[in-house]
Amino acid sequence: MKRLSRDQMAARVAQDIPDGSVVNLGIGLPTLVANHLPAEREVLLHSENGLLGMGPAPAPGAEDGDLINAGKQPVTLQLGGAYFHSADSFAMMRGGHLDICVLGAFQVAANGDLANWHTGAPDAIPAVGGAMDLAIGAKRTFVMMEHLTKSGESKIVPACTYPLTAPCCVSRIYTDLAVFDITAAGVKLVEACTGLSLAELQAVTAVPLIA
Amino acid sequence: MIDKRLPDIEAALAGIADGATVMIGGFGGAGQPAELIDALIAQGARELTIVNNNAGNGETGLAALLKAGRVKKIICSFPRQVDSQVFDALYRAGRIELELVPQGNLAERIRAAGAGIGGFFTPTGYGTELATGKETRVIDGRGYVLESPIDADVALIKAERGDRWGNLVYRKTARNFGPLMAMAAQLTIASVHEFVELGELDPEAIVTPGLFVQRVVKVKR
Repeated sequence: MKRLSRDQMAARVAQDIPDGSVVNLGIGLPTLVANHLPAEREVLLHSENGLLGMGPAPAPGAEDGDLINAGKQPVTLQLGGAYFHSADSFAMMRGGHLDICVLGAFQVAANGDLANWHTGAPDAIPAVGGAMDLAIGAKRTFVMMEHLTKSGESKIVPACTYPLTAPCCVSRIYTDLAVFDITAAGVKLVEACTGLSLAELQAVTAVPLIA
Repeated sequence: MIDKRLPDIEAALAGIADGATVMIGGFGGAGQPAELIDALIAQGARELTIVNNNAGNGETGLAALLKAGRVKKIICSFPRQVDSQVFDALYRAGRIELELVPQGNLAERIRAAGAGIGGFFTPTGYGTELATGKETRVIDGRGYVLESPIDADVALIKAERGDRWGNLVYRKTARNFGPLMAMAAQLTIASVHEFVELGELDPEAIVTPGLFVQRVVKVKR
């Protein structure tokens, strides 16, 4: 089955981020979206550790340990960017001031429930960070994930079996096969990115798809 | 005359008792007051409860305090990282208690303590296992969880510049939890890289007003 690469997925998400939006990109795969935002589009990137107007990685040798992103990687600040403390940073999320957040996921349920912080395995050390605040706070929560697990199971599920990050928070899902909207009627196919038919997508998706 | 500056880091750390709750600023390494943590290890207080966003990186700073066996409990949002091996080993061995708190709730619980708020309803965590056992309420159709303030005996924070009244400014994303912890602790100890005279910090730009700070000590960059 033909799949989008990680960069192709990021480019597809970037298409849907409008000029002028305030966006938080989660750690991991969503971080790649920043590389695909067109230069002429002004998008304000928020990082939970206290900056708005995050720029790209610095040139080698220009790293500053006091200027990092949520993944603890060195970053830069755009002209006009700002620093603030953690309570203000999370007020921006919880208060509904972010337009979009893009998060990775273990599972998304047909009703928009999200599981992305903990597998619940007995030997796993849980770590939640800002995932729960982001999921409930942004005006729209996008999920970006592989369509299938490594063992070939659908990550879009009737109900999450992993512990929830937040109930009913996901509005749109981008996988390496397709784009879906979570609607009141169910999971709606928006775009088949690699040319699969609805029936072919349905065969690898554990919930009924709406055309 | 008010002068909160102390001549050396040992004097700055004096009096921290066994069993104290100690807030430590920083997000990973940014804003982590490494010199104050090293001095806390040397000072010897034990059975500490630590409040930090993480649970130590590598083998230095907070990780070294954990490794020295001084911490009985940690309250944090993101303990597990690629270089959190010290915490991971203690946790798996059952030698440290973990209270996991979503990061925004952690920040707001610390702020609430400093601001005299007795608790607050937040949507973060509602409907998840991190809300287990907590009071919930539906307000205007949305679910919220009652969260309580987190206060502390001591806060160790890192700032950039300070004056003898304890006014502070920070540097870039090293600010993170520092201003909140300064508000929430009975004794806030700040390290700075530069002492300045009263009036040299722009009053429009002071981030932590001096009343939240009890001791300031200068450390090398």
